[in-house]
Amino acid sequence: MAQETPTPRALAPRAAQHPRWIPIAVMVGLLVLAPFSGIYPVFLMKALCFALFACAFNLLLGYVGLLSFGHALFFGSAGYATAHAAKVWGWPPEVAILFGTAVAAVYGLVVGALAIRRQGIYFAMVTLALAQMAYFFYLQTPFTGGEDGIQAVPRGHLLGVLDLDAMLSLYFFVLAIFLGGFLLIHRMVHSPFGQVLKAVRENEPRAVSLGYKPDHYKLIAFVLSAALAGAAGGTKALVFQLASLTDVHWHTSGAVILMILLGGLGTILGPVVGAFIVVALENYLAQLGSWVMVVEGAIFVICVLTFRRGVIGELSRLLKRPL
Amino acid sequence: MTTVFGVPVQALLGQLLVGLINGSFYAMLSLGLAIIFGLLNVVNFAHGAFYTLGAFTAWFLLQFAGVNYWGALVLAPLAVGLAGALVERTLIKRLNSLDPIYGLLLTFGLALFIQGLLQNKYGSSGQPYEMPESLTGGYALGFMFLPRYRAWVVVFSLLVCGATWFVTERTRLGSYLRAATENPALVQAFGVNVPRLVTATYGLGVGLAALAGVLAAPVYRVSPQMGSDLIIVVFAVVVIGGMGSIMGSIVTGFALGIIEGLTKVFYPEASNTVIFVVMAIVLLIKPSGLFGRTA
Repeated sequence: MAQETPTPRALAPRAAQHPRWIPIAVMVGLLVLAPFSGIYPVFLMKALCFALFACAFNLLLGYVGLLSFGHALFFGSAGYATAHAAKVWGWPPEVAILFGTAVAAVYGLVVGALAIRRQGIYFAMVTLALAQMAYFFYLQTPFTGGEDGIQAVPRGHLLGVLDLDAMLSLYFFVLAIFLGGFLLIHRMVHSPFGQVLKAVRENEPRAVSLGYKPDHYKLIAFVLSAALAGAAGGTKALVFQLASLTDVHWHTSGAVILMILLGGLGTILGPVVGAFIVVALENYLAQLGSWVMVVEGAIFVICVLTFRRGVIGELSRLLKRPL
Repeated sequence: MTTVFGVPVQALLGQLLVGLINGSFYAMLSLGLAIIFGLLNVVNFAHGAFYTLGAFTAWFLLQFAGVNYWGALVLAPLAVGLAGALVERTLIKRLNSLDPIYGLLLTFGLALFIQGLLQNKYGSSGQPYEMPESLTGGYALGFMFLPRYRAWVVVFSLLVCGATWFVTERTRLGSYLRAATENPALVQAFGVNVPRLVTATYGLGVGLAALAGVLAAPVYRVSPQMGSDLIIVVFAVVVIGGMGSIMGSIVTGFALGIIEGLTKVFYPEASNTVIFVVMAIVLLIKPSGLFGRTA
C-alpha cells in the first residue's frame, strides 16, 4: 500500500512553499455556500455524513495501513444508539449523537482489540466477520425494529434553542459536526501521534525497535476511527430520521472503501471528494436498481487496476503539491 | 432414548445433517480460498460470486440447453473455472507486485459486478432447481429419514475434498504447487511455468466454488445473493482454521457446519452468529487459527 501513496517526505519541500490550509479553506468555502446553490440539502447532508465516515476510515487505512472491512458496524450501531436515545429516551440531539459516538467507541475497542491480533488481509476478514455478526444481532433484537428500522426519529432542538427541523439550521449543524471531525483528524495526522502511526505503517519492526508499541497505537487509531464513524452514523440517523439495517450491512463497508479508493487513499481531501462522488452516483442511479452495484463494482476494478491514486491523488501529482 | 437434553433425537439428527451439508459447502469454499491464497496471495472475495455463478450455470444449462444435473456437475465447474482463469490472466495478474489488499479490493469489485448483473436480470427472489430424479426420495433408517440428495451432497463433497487434498499433498503437481508458494523464482528456474501454474490454480479454486454452487442448486433457491451471504461465513471459517493447511480447511469447514447445526437445535437465536462467536474465541486463544502454521 505504501508505495502507491505519495509519501509526505517526497512532497515536503513543495509543501513548505504552499501552505496546507489553502485547499481546506476552498473546501470549507464551497461547503458553506453549497446550500444556497439550489442543490437538494438532504443530499448534501448525506454526502457530509459519508464524508466524515470516509475521513474516519481513511485515518485507519491511509495512515495506519489497516483495511477494516467492517466499519459499517460503527456507523450503523451509532445510528441505532442515537435514534433510540432521541426517540425513546427523548434526549436532545447533541447528547444523542454523543451517546452514539460513545457506543461506537466502545464497539471499536472490542472489535479493535480482537482484530489487531491478525494483520493484513486477515485483519480485513476478522472485521468483516464481526460486523456481520452485529448485523444478524440487529436483525433479530427487538429494539431495532428489524427490517423496518427505527423510524420517525425526532430531530429536536439543538441546545434546546435551535429548531433542527429547519433545513438550513440542520445543514449547518451537520456541517459543524463534519468540520469538527475533519479538523480533528487533520490535526491528529500532523501530530507526533500521526507520525508514529505512519512509522508503524511503513516499517513496523523498526517502530518496535525505536521503543513504540505498535499494537497500542493501532488500537488507539482504531477506537478513534470507530468513534468518528459513529459520529457520522448518529448524525445521519437524525438527518434521515431513520436508523436501519442498510447502514450496518457489509455493502456500506464496501461503499466507504470505494469512496476512499476513488477520492485518493491517504490524502486529506480524497475521502471528502470520494464521498460526494459515490453518494451522487448512488442518488442518481437509484432508480436503476441493481445497476448501482454493477457500476460500483466496475469502478472498484478500474480504480484498483489503473487509478490507484484516486482523484485527489492524481490532481496532487499534476499540481506537484499535496492536497 | 427419544430425547437428548430435552431435544427429540430426530430433530437433533435432522439438524446435524443440515449442519453437515452446510459444512460441506464451507469446506469446499474455504479449500478453494486456501489454494488460491497459497499461490496467488490473494484473498478471493469473488469466491462467493463464483459459487453463485456455478449454481446459475447449472440452471442456465437446464433451462436453455436441456443439460441435466449430471451434465451440469461436469460442465458448470469447467466453464466457471475457465472464466476464472481468464479473470486471473487479464486482471489479477496485474496486481502481482502490489500489497495483497489490492487483490482483495479488486475481487470485491468483481463480486459486486457479478452479483449486480445477476440481480438485474433475475431479481432477488431466485429460481428453483429440481433435483435429479435418481436422487429424490430417501432412506428410512428407523431412527430418522435420510433424504437421498442430502446424503449425496455430504459424500460427494467429502470425495472432492479428499481428492483435492490428495492432489496437493501427494502428487508431483501438488509438490510443484507447494514449492511455488514457498519460492516462485526458484521453481521457475527449474523450468516450471509458474505463471501458467498460477492461472491454473486460480481456475481450479474457482472451479471448486462453482462445483459447490451446482451441488447447492437443488438444496437452496438459485439466487444472486446466495454467495455473498455465504462468503463472509467462509471468511470466519478461514480465520478459525488458519489458512495454513488444506486439511485444516476441510476439518474446520465440516466442524463449524456441525456446530452451527447443533446451535440451531439448542439455542436457535444464536445459530446465525455462533460461527462468529467461535471466531472471536479462537482469536483470543490462538490468533493464528487452529491449524495455522505461523502467527
